[in-house]
Formats: sequence, structure tokens, C-alpha cells
Amino acid sequence: MSAPARVDWHVARVVRRTPETGSAVRLVLDVPTWPGNDPGAHLDIRLTAPDGYQASRSYSIASSGPGPEVVLAVDEVPDGEVSPYLVHDLVEGDELEVHGPLGRFFVWHPDESDRSPVQLIAGGSGIVPLYAMAAARESVPDGAPFRLLCSVRTPSDLFFADELGALTATRVDVVHTRAVAPGSTEMPGRLRIDSLAELTAAPSAAPRIYVCGPTPFVEAVTGWLLELGHPPAKIRTERFGGS
Amino acid sequence: MAVINRGFGARRRDHDPRLPPGQTLVHDWPVLSAGPTPTIGTDEWAFTITTESGAEHRWDWQQLHELGVEDVVTDIHCVTHWSKLAMAWRGVPVDRLFASVDTHERYVMVHSYGGYTTNVPLADLLGRAWIATEADGAPLTPEHGGPARLLVPHLYFWKSAKWVRGMRMMPTDQPGFWEQNGYHLRGDPWLEERYW
Repeated sequence: MSAPARVDWHVARVVRRTPETGSAVRLVLDVPTWPGNDPGAHLDIRLTAPDGYQASRSYSIASSGPGPEVVLAVDEVPDGEVSPYLVHDLVEGDELEVHGPLGRFFVWHPDESDRSPVQLIAGGSGIVPLYAMAAARESVPDGAPFRLLCSVRTPSDLFFADELGALTATRVDVVHTRAVAPGSTEMPGRLRIDSLAELTAAPSAAPRIYVCGPTPFVEAVTGWLLELGHPPAKIRTERFGGS
Repeated sequence: MAVINRGFGARRRDHDPRLPPGQTLVHDWPVLSAGPTPTIGTDEWAFTITTESGAEHRWDWQQLHELGVEDVVTDIHCVTHWSKLAMAWRGVPVDRLFASVDTHERYVMVHSYGGYTTNVPLADLLGRAWIATEADGAPLTPEHGGPARLLVPHLYFWKSAKWVRGMRMMPTDQPGFWEQNGYHLRGDPWLEERYW
């Protein structure tokens, strides 16, 4: 996907809808005119009510490569306008208007020649674009070393848990902030600068870093990364929500 | 496009005619940045306008304030679909900095601490833009572009460069950071100039 794809409106049909976590749903879409997208890209979904009222929201894409299949994982925002509809009301066979692919900066190119390490850091549903990158990495022979650190409240809040467990080309570490799996010896607790340092590539490895999650998570993690000695130019962020 | 989403609309927000197409009113203030938040102290802060002759016009924090800070109440529109209406800002009109600048060039590349850039025609700055130091009654926090950001509210908010440090005149309109990364060269929210 090295040539920039035109950004267009497309009609997507929901082929499969399955619960991802207690608050999120995985949507497999069939988008016949989709030009393909890079890992990390996103799209806008626009909903139109019967009386013509419209609302749009952006969602990261969990899949990459050529269409027509596009996979999303949507977390319900409490008091949200669009996500509750996508999570609770959408059924298989429904159509959606999507606008994309969007995003040229917070993307990873599988055909790159750079072999320096890639460090992915996800907070909650921020895992979606980073999962797309790690999934794409699986098919790259002799690609850059990949590590993924996820911070989630409990094990049942981890998106793509089965797929993450099966990755062979990415080292995955998960930090649980509220509760751990039964029988686990891990202590639950928020990520801190010392656990971040333990679970991520060191500055001496010169990793390219992608951080995605709620704004306070991204602010805290990027502050620690700078404190640990990672140069700002090597850190790309995607945030959502207010500060 | 004829896709109607059956059952959607129950949780709709009231439509406000002050919102450009495709925008939703929010009451918090989302933070979106491509990288880490730079930290610059007001003692080291400076703003420089560089012209085609190589002349540099420079203001430090105090000199900026001596030009006179005014109240601005304005709407802002982010390309990621959120808008805030009637937001209270304080800043120095860009005109006051350009009063002492001699240039024939009509386009500006805005530069920020941390490396961010965005292009804006000079005509979109004069009479329509500020170097802003306060928002919602308080000094701009680093996350929102403090100590000072450009405020160009009639264009999508990626043009209101955070952590602004200067402007360089240019003879033609050249794409800055987001404009090189898929976003529209001008970014008028009323024409929904979001992407290429």
C-alpha cells in the first residue's frame, strides 16, 4: 500500500458482528469498492437517520491490505451518540457509509526496508490500529523486531486476545490495571515509568514508537518515554478524548 | 448516497446552525497531536517572522504581550468532526506583528516547537488570526498548545498550530505537515475541505 489511496465514500455491509469485550463489538465489513489500507489507518462512519439527521465518527481499522474485507472493533462510549448504535443496534446485513482510508502518519508500512525495532504501546481500545500493525507484521519475512505493550483494566477487556496470543512475530506484554486472571501471580496496577521501561525496547535500541489510547494515557506514557531518553521524533501518537 | 440507518437518531444532539457540515458539538476539549507534547518555558519562548529578504523579526514573551492582548470569542472546528462554539480566547492579533514586517510574498509556513508545520495564506491571517496565550480563562496548557498557539478559527483547527514559534514567508502555497499527510491545502470547514 505505498501509493496513496484516494479518500472516498464507500458503502459497507456488515457481514459479521461478534462481541469483542463486555463493551465492544467486532464488525467484519464487506466494502466492494475499498482500495485497501495501510496498517494503522482509520475511516469515518457516517450514520443517517430516517429523517436525514447525520453524525460522523472516526474509527481505527483493525485490518490492512486490499479489500473488500474491512474489520473494525468499536468500544461503546458511555453517553455516546454513534458507538451505542454500532455496538447494540447494528445487525448483520445492515449497510454503513464509510469514508476512507484516512491516516498517512500513524501507519506502519509492511514493505519498508527499515529493520530498526518497532514498539507499540496501547491503552484500552487504542489497541485497534496497533493490532492491525502487528497482524500485518506476521506476513513479513525478516521484518523489524516488533513489541506490543497493552494496558487494559482486566483480561476480559483485551481486544483480539486470541489473535494476540497466536502472534509469532510480535512480543506481546499485557498490564492489567484493575484485576488479573484467576491464578495469575501478576499484581494489578497502573503502568508506571519503571514497568514501562521493563516492558518496552530501550532507547539504546532506537525503537520507532507508536502510542495509542485515551489522551491521559498517551500524555503519561509519552512523558515517561521522553524521560527514559527516547527522542520525540521517534514517537508517534494517536489520542482520543479530552484531557 | 442512499444508506439510511434504521433506528439511528434516538440519541441525537440538537442541530445547531452554527455548526459547519459534518461537525458535532462537544463540551469537553479533545486533544489530538501527532507526537509528544513539547514543553517550552515562557522565558525561552520567542516568535520570529522571516521574510524573503532573510530579515528576521523577533518577539520574546514580554514583547509579544506589549503588542496588546485582546479577548476573542469564537467557534473552533476540528477536522475530526468536533466543534466548540463561543469559546473564550485571549491573544495578540497577527496584524500587529505584521505591521513592522516588509514582505511581498502572500503565503506563510507556520513553524512550531517540536517540528510541526502548517501552511496558511497571509490573507487568511491578517484580520482573522491571533497568537493565542489563553483559552477558557486560563493560560494555554501544553497539551492544548501552550504557552502560545496560532488561532485561525475560520479554518479547520489543524491550521491553528500549537507551540507556535514563527512564520516564514513563501511565494507559493506549499503543504505543511498534515497537508503532506492527506489533509486539504486550505481547510475551509464550510466547504468541508478535509482531505486531498
